[in-house]
This record gives sequence, C-alpha cells and structure tokens, in this order.
Amino acid sequence: MQAESSCRVLVVGATSAIAAETARAYAATGARLFLTGRNPQRLEAVATDLRVRGARSVETAVLDVTDRARCSAVVEAAWKAFGGLDVALLAHGVLPDQTRCQASVEAAVEALDVNFVSTVALLTPLAQRFESARGGCLAVIGSVAGDRGRQSNYVYGAAKGGLERFLEGLRNRLFHAGVAVVTLKPGFVDTPMTSGLKQGPLFATAGRAGRAIHGAIERRRDVAYIPWFWRPIMTVIRALPEVVFKRLRL
Amino acid sequence: MRRYGSWGRYPAATPATVVPLQWRSDTPAFAQLRGLLLPYAYGRSYGDSCLNDGGVILDVRGLDRLIDFDADSGLLRCEAGVTLAEILALIVPRGWFLPVVPGTRWVSVGGAIANDIHGKNHHRAGTFGAHVTRLELLRSDGARILCTPGDEIFRATVGGLGLTGVILWAEIRLKRIPGAGISMERIRFSALAGFLELTAEDHQFEYTVAWVDCLARGRRLGRGIYMRGDHAPLDATTPSPLEPPRLSIPLDAPAGLLNAVTLGLFNEAYYRAQLRVRRRLTLPYTPFFFPLDVVGDWGRLYGPKGFVQYQCVVPDTPGGAPIRTIFERISRSGEPASLAVLKRFGGLRSPGLLSFPREGMTLAVDFPFRGPATMTLLDDLDAVVRETGGAVYPAKDARMSPGSFQAFFPELDRFTAQRDPKFSSSFWRRVHAS
Repeated sequence: MQAESSCRVLVVGATSAIAAETARAYAATGARLFLTGRNPQRLEAVATDLRVRGARSVETAVLDVTDRARCSAVVEAAWKAFGGLDVALLAHGVLPDQTRCQASVEAAVEALDVNFVSTVALLTPLAQRFESARGGCLAVIGSVAGDRGRQSNYVYGAAKGGLERFLEGLRNRLFHAGVAVVTLKPGFVDTPMTSGLKQGPLFATAGRAGRAIHGAIERRRDVAYIPWFWRPIMTVIRALPEVVFKRLRL
Repeated sequence: MRRYGSWGRYPAATPATVVPLQWRSDTPAFAQLRGLLLPYAYGRSYGDSCLNDGGVILDVRGLDRLIDFDADSGLLRCEAGVTLAEILALIVPRGWFLPVVPGTRWVSVGGAIANDIHGKNHHRAGTFGAHVTRLELLRSDGARILCTPGDEIFRATVGGLGLTGVILWAEIRLKRIPGAGISMERIRFSALAGFLELTAEDHQFEYTVAWVDCLARGRRLGRGIYMRGDHAPLDATTPSPLEPPRLSIPLDAPAGLLNAVTLGLFNEAYYRAQLRVRRRLTLPYTPFFFPLDVVGDWGRLYGPKGFVQYQCVVPDTPGGAPIRTIFERISRSGEPASLAVLKRFGGLRSPGLLSFPREGMTLAVDFPFRGPATMTLLDDLDAVVRETGGAVYPAKDARMSPGSFQAFFPELDRFTAQRDPKFSSSFWRRVHAS
C-alpha cells in the first residue's frame, strides 16, 4: 500500500454529509481527492473545505450517476487525474418515498436506478481498472435497510440488498487480484437525507459515521456496520423467522 | 426531533418549524416560511436569546465548511456553523490561535459574532467582533450583503443576536502563538481588595480572570483565585482538542442537588484546594480556557428547572464600590450561587451596536432557578447595574425587563433600524415590547 500522504481517493456523491465527512478524514492525512456530485456550487464548497483541511490536491467533476455514459468518462478522468486510484468510495444515493414508490412504477424504478443500477455502472469500469492494477480498495455505502425488507422502506432496502450481493461476488472475484471490496452499512445517520425521520438514540452524527467509514476502509474490512453497534442489532433482526417478521409493523 | 433549547434550560421553548441550512450557495424559500426566523447552531447561549418559541429555527450546523486559511497572513474564512473547537484543532498545530475565545469551544463562529463574545484577554484584544474582517449576511428578502467593519449593517450584526439575518460565512484575523501551552500563575486572594490589587497588573499578561466564592461574607467577601497566563510552547503532546467530553451528565439531576449547602461546601473546597498562595504551571490551552468542556451537558447538574446565569459589567471605580455592592447583594440574599467569574474589561470599544463588553468589572454567576426568589435577587442586581451605568449580557439573560434593556444599550434605535423585519427571538419579543 502507498504511503498515506499520497493516497488517491475517488468519492462519488461527495456532497452527501457522510461522504464529505469521510473525505475530511482522508484530507487530514494529506490524501489526493477526486470528488463528484450533481451540484457544482456544492461540490466546490466541499472541495474548498477539504483543501483547507490538508488534502494535497482536490479535483472535481459534476456527475449525475444516472447518466451512464458520463459515469465511465468520469471514472476515466479520475483515474488519469492522479495516475491511478487507491480507493474509490461510492456514496451517492437517495432515500425514496416508499409510499410514492408503491403508487408509481416510475418512482420505484428510479429509486432502484440511483441506488443500485448506477452503482453497478460505476463499479464495472472501476473493477476492471483496479483488477488490472492489482491493488486498491472499492468501498460502497450500502445500508442496514438492505439486511431485511420492511414494509416502510423495501424499495430502498431492495436496492441496498441487491448491492450487497453484487459486492459479495465482486469481493470474491477481486480478492484474487489483491483488490479489497468494502461494504459499508450505516444505520441511522443524522444527515439531510434523514432529516424527515424522527430522531432517536440510535442516530449517529455524520462526523462519527465518516470517521468509522475511513477506519473500515483503511482496515480493508469486508462488511462494516456504521457505527459498529448495528451488527448485533441486525444479527437479531436477520435471525427473526419470516413467519414472525411478516407480522411485524416495521 | 432535536431539542432547540438553551444552555441554561430555562425558559422552555419550542420552535414551530426547523429549517436546516446546508449550503451557503442556496437561498432558502423564506417567502414560503410562516413565522419569524432565528438562526441557531449549538445552543450555548444561556437564556432565551437563542430561542424562538413558536417561530422558525434556521439550523446552521450544516454550514460547517472551511473556505480559506492563509497560514502566512493568519486570515481564516469559514462558514458560520463551524465551531471554535474545529478551528483550534486546525490552526494551533500551525502556530495560530483565535484572537478571542470564550469559556467553551463548542460555539459556532456565527454565534461568536452574533453575541460579540469576549474572553480572558478582553483587556488586550477587545471582543471577537473586533477581529472579524468581513462577513456575508443573508437577509429574509434573499439579499446577500457583504459586510465590512465600519458599515452600519456590520455594526448591527456584530452583537446583533442573530436578528439582522443569517451570517453565512465570516473572515477572522488570527494571532500567532509560540505553541499549544499556556504558562500560568494561580494566586489566591482572601478578599475583594486582593483582587483589585492583582487586576491592576492585568496589562502585563495576555489572559487574566478570577474565580470568586460568591457565598463568602464579611471580611472574606469577594475571596477567590486569580489566574493569569500567556501562550507558551508545550513539549508534551496535547490531547486532541476535538476529543469528546470525558464525562457527560446523562440525566437531569434531582431538583435541589445544588443548594446553598452543597455549593458552599464546593466553593470552600475549591478555594482551599490551593494550599500555597501562588502556583505557577504550564498546561495545554484546553484546560486553561475550557475547564468545563470535559463535562458534557453540565447544565443538567442543576436539575429539571435549570439555572440562570447572570453576567453584568459595572464601572471600575477606585475601591471597587459598584462590584462590591453586587457581591454584597448576592451573599446577603442567601440564594445559592456557584463559583463566579470576575474579570476587568479593558477600554477597547466593542464594534457592535448591541455589544455587551465595555470598560469595567464584569461578573458572571450561576444560580439554580428557584422561581420568584431568584428573580427578585436578579431584579435587585439589575437596579444596581442601572444606577452605576453598567449593562447585563443578553447572551446569558432570561429575565431582564424592557426598561433595563433600553438603559443598558443606548444604541438600540440604531440597531433596530438595521434588524431584518422577519427575524426575531424569544429574547427580542420579551425585551422589545413595542
């Protein structure tokens, strides 16, 4: 592995609070960062912050992940910017309105597209490059929502659950090339994406989530719950028999 | 939902709506918001100046980005929701320090400006606002105003209690330091006269402050411990300033835990803990400036009714008659008072129209909230402060009368002309009975 100070990191969805916090942890070590996001002003605000916090260099590209052609082009641009990448963190995503997804095919498909299909579209060219380079780490933000389908949130859960299987296979394939694949599963994080939810004691700050993600990537964990306490919680929830689970109102 | 309360936990207030501000480039749809607006970050104001009961809270904690730091000139530009803790963590290792720090580093830059905060170096540096070189203000009509010192709107915004609009970002002039340490001296004094002697030497030190036992009476009236210090190199590694509190108060303590007896014992123990009259030591800057930051939510020790902090400034006359009167009234009232903080403010003029600091003696003291008994004492103190031509600090206040407020802040009309008509707070509605 390269010395920390020269770590080259691609962050897709860098204007999300969790991604920006993870990028701050990298910036503090003097990393070089390539950021993408949909809104150019917001992207620039994040990039400037990371420069002041110690990032050696920060490049940006505006990207809407549902634009397939542009996904490959941006992966190529990021790869060229620093002559390769050590870490790619895919952190884009939207929390869809479950009720809307039930009423509209379009809304359901769009939610799957942003949260699952687009990630595959990015991971395919990234995996090729990392595999040829025989090193590095692909890290993807999933969710505890992918561990079990719940009536209140199963379209999002399906996207994140599908992602988990995809990453499992990818990890198996890339292990033999020395490339790590890290599945990150945050629970409730206090971010703009979850501002509509009622806050409880299980909510973690975006800062804590970002530092935990940075740690999980640097330790090349296979699957990391963010924060760690979601692992025992989800172990229990996953263990509930379907005959019981289907009766719950979750 | 988050609690949008104040540090003193008194009075209680609930906003009708909370609007998170995340991006300085975005303009919230102010026209569609019903109700009066108030920016809010970490809720470190003690009274009701950060409360907006029934109104709209603009939560600026998402505006937490740094914009520029020139390590040669020491100019730092950042968004308004950045904490002083974040800034110190970034700049201290590079040999810079904030020009003014308060007693906690968990305050936002926007709040530091809106309350024109002061610190232990007021006699040399003046207030926080005196070191702000420019700031951007977002008004409720969507206008963005770049304010610089000297502008009337700048003078209204500094110390303006968040009522002139939302501060989006600000630029601050930092100061050079030789290291992360403070070389300090702690000197015990047995009565107020001792403090007055010591504080006459303030100008020789960057930081000076005293902790005073407000319950001591008679010839021990105004006894305490005087601390003075300067920045110094530090060999040992300092704990990270962003370390979370080591200890946190998870629940409200039972009502009455802090009463005249327990506080009296505590004050006595604190005063006696220093055996020698003088002690010199070098320590990291964090325990020197932020001794209470190691305990999270310490306000909960005061129980469910909370507490009120009273901070006033009175003229510094030879012999200290005005401040002596304040001490006498407190000790005679029998109201339980914790350790109080006493400092002499210097003569530097604060830039804000509603800035609290002005030349004189300032005293800050916490009282567990005990209803009318507490209120009677504080009204009595207000009367003393008014007679002497002093002022009470709005950031700490939950009860001063409109008449007192007008007497304490003679530039009020000039301020009111600059206020954003859609911005208000529980404090403003209370003291500005129109």
